[in-house]
Amino acid sequence: MTLSSLNVDPSAASAAIARRSLGARLRGRQNQNLWFWVFVGPFVLGLIVFIYIPIIWSIYLSFFESYNTVTPDTFVGFGNYIDMLKDEPFRSSLMTFIVFAIFIVPTTFALSLLTAILVARTRVMQAFFRSVFFLPTACSYVVAALIWKMSIFAGVRSGAANAFLGVIGQDSIPWLSLTNPPWYWLVIVSARLWLQVGFYMILFLAALQRISPTLYEAAAIDGASSWQALRFITLPQLRPTSAAVLLLLLINAFQAFDEFYNILASFGTYPPYARPPLVYLYYVALGQGQDFGHGSAGAVILTLVIALVAVVFNRFFSFRGQD
Amino acid sequence: MSHSPSRATFNRRNLLALGGAVAAGGALAACGGNTGRATSSTTTASGSGSGSSSGGAKPVLQQWYHQYGEAGTQQAVEGYAKAYTAADVKVTWKPGDYDQTTAASLLTANGPDVFEYGNGPTIDMIKGGQVVDLSGLLGDAASDFNPALVKRMTYDGKLWAVPQVVDMQILVYRKSMLEKAGVTPPETIDDLMAAAQKLTSGDVKGLFLGNDGGVGLMGGPTLFSTGSDYLNEDGSFGFDNDDVVAALGKLREMFESDYLLLGAPKDWYDGSALAQGLTAMQFTGLWTFPDLTKALGDDYGCVPWPASTGDNKSVVVGAYGSCVSAKSANADAAKEFVKWLWVDQTDKQLDFATAYGFHIPARSSLVPQAKTLQSGAAKDAAAAAQEFGHAQSTILWTPKCNTAFGDMMTKVVKDGADAKAEIAKVKAVADAEVKRVLG
Repeated sequence: MTLSSLNVDPSAASAAIARRSLGARLRGRQNQNLWFWVFVGPFVLGLIVFIYIPIIWSIYLSFFESYNTVTPDTFVGFGNYIDMLKDEPFRSSLMTFIVFAIFIVPTTFALSLLTAILVARTRVMQAFFRSVFFLPTACSYVVAALIWKMSIFAGVRSGAANAFLGVIGQDSIPWLSLTNPPWYWLVIVSARLWLQVGFYMILFLAALQRISPTLYEAAAIDGASSWQALRFITLPQLRPTSAAVLLLLLINAFQAFDEFYNILASFGTYPPYARPPLVYLYYVALGQGQDFGHGSAGAVILTLVIALVAVVFNRFFSFRGQD
Repeated sequence: MSHSPSRATFNRRNLLALGGAVAAGGALAACGGNTGRATSSTTTASGSGSGSSSGGAKPVLQQWYHQYGEAGTQQAVEGYAKAYTAADVKVTWKPGDYDQTTAASLLTANGPDVFEYGNGPTIDMIKGGQVVDLSGLLGDAASDFNPALVKRMTYDGKLWAVPQVVDMQILVYRKSMLEKAGVTPPETIDDLMAAAQKLTSGDVKGLFLGNDGGVGLMGGPTLFSTGSDYLNEDGSFGFDNDDVVAALGKLREMFESDYLLLGAPKDWYDGSALAQGLTAMQFTGLWTFPDLTKALGDDYGCVPWPASTGDNKSVVVGAYGSCVSAKSANADAAKEFVKWLWVDQTDKQLDFATAYGFHIPARSSLVPQAKTLQSGAAKDAAAAAQEFGHAQSTILWTPKCNTAFGDMMTKVVKDGADAKAEIAKVKAVADAEVKRVLG
């Protein structure tokens, strides 16, 4: 194609282009535009219909009084936002989850990194360990939640945790029923770690394998200890991955729903402790309630909190000193 | 390369413009496309009320049920639909979060014509004009329906749903365990607590009110046991009194005791805690009776939830009510169908109530005909539902009130918070909600 175009007089070529029909021009060279949309179109469409329109609509709804309708006509300005910010249970669920994020994000991060480093250094059966740690990622949150609730942390002697307590001569503990001490966090955090650590471990593992061995060889020649190699080679080289993992974990922490809902919800209600903001909104506004104005306002507030925390996080942790 | 860069690279504005066009087209296609309805929807029949029977094509009605757990129920309701001749009724069997999907679908044109909803439509559905007034549909049979349920599904003097079958919750106990401990079935809450204490030994507990210690389940019965309710008849707040504070204190005492079973593998809605001998008494639903009979024979009995004050014993009753969507193109035909199935066809109602699951017919004249309810604990339960039946909730009690109430229950029962102060918080929420709904 380069040859033929070189042989043709440039002015004639541009005239030919001008003469092409509108359809041909829209399709582009070799139908490039057409194929672009064939491949990209469905995803863009899905993104617009299922993500962008709902987001915009939800922001729109948050300024209206809209009980049982998505086409409201009573404009209330920031009224819904003020109501939600004044709503004590909503504020307390936001606070709970800021604390939860502060705890769960570093914990998941550290555990995933640790397993990744251990698996990467394993000489025997590496593929086996990699699969074993990754496998829980394939498990449904709902299924895991039910197993945790009904088999492992059942309050009676037949539950795995209480059977163990029985062996060491302790009374059974109703893990999910008590609020003091708050054993339910043990149940939720262990379920969440089991489900998530494997996925982030794979991300770290991929990043670890991209670190050039020559760096470690040079360090070894310079007499670096394995701790120094970790501190001055591995961790800095993992910085971009770490930033991504931290951000994902953070968003995940605030979007918590599945395992909380399935472990802690009881008959028609959800206890006011360990209640994720999304679960609260589901109960009062977006589930049976259909109070879309307040629900949307709550969702927007939650999004803003996530965005704010993420920006602050990024400033402090990830790109500082990036080369 | 030879080609000009402006033609080869995508210009961002073009992309957005094209994207917008594609999206708009897609959205329109989605609206006009597969709605889940049969294509032969007969808009012609919607012109006049009785048009449905006047020749031509029969109207098509979509009827939704939630997924009943008992085998055969789906085939049964499909059979009823097929037997109806005045309209072409299509049954949709919806697993999963039925309440949420149904509530959301009522906002669209793709929802059902006839649907069942727990205790009838919500007040927001009624206020939002999403459901059709069914007043007069019961006709002469009105007095035959369970009064607590008809009252629950009536608002502003109008009937909004027809009760299908009655479900109930009741206190069930192991006869042999009570005999062995020398305990009689409790009449009052104090009896109950003393009995539960006596019945406890080691890993066998005296009483089971759900894994949350009754926080989710026992709120209503606790109010009813003092003669209070969530809201009074006029919509004013119903339980800011000392009797309720005292009754909640008793529930807290039970939670702190060592006789309350917590953390059973299957929660209160399953009979296995009682059947497996984890507990001697359990608050549960009538639907567990077939399982209990299978496991225990006749070694179980039932009594209403005991009274805290006076003789305020109660049995919680609820029912799925059949409603008609206001968005239906054939609302009159849909009403006719509801009347036909849930008022006139008593043999089908009896079949639905007793042949698959274990329910009580909504029409009391059918109770004597229900073979399953003629002996043992089931007979006592059916009688108690008539005598002590108390609707699960009041219609003005919105989901938001319910969440505030649940928070109060958790804080009082599990954390030992001051009941009076917590009730005041619920009152603030409930008063605002009632005002919003009525206003």
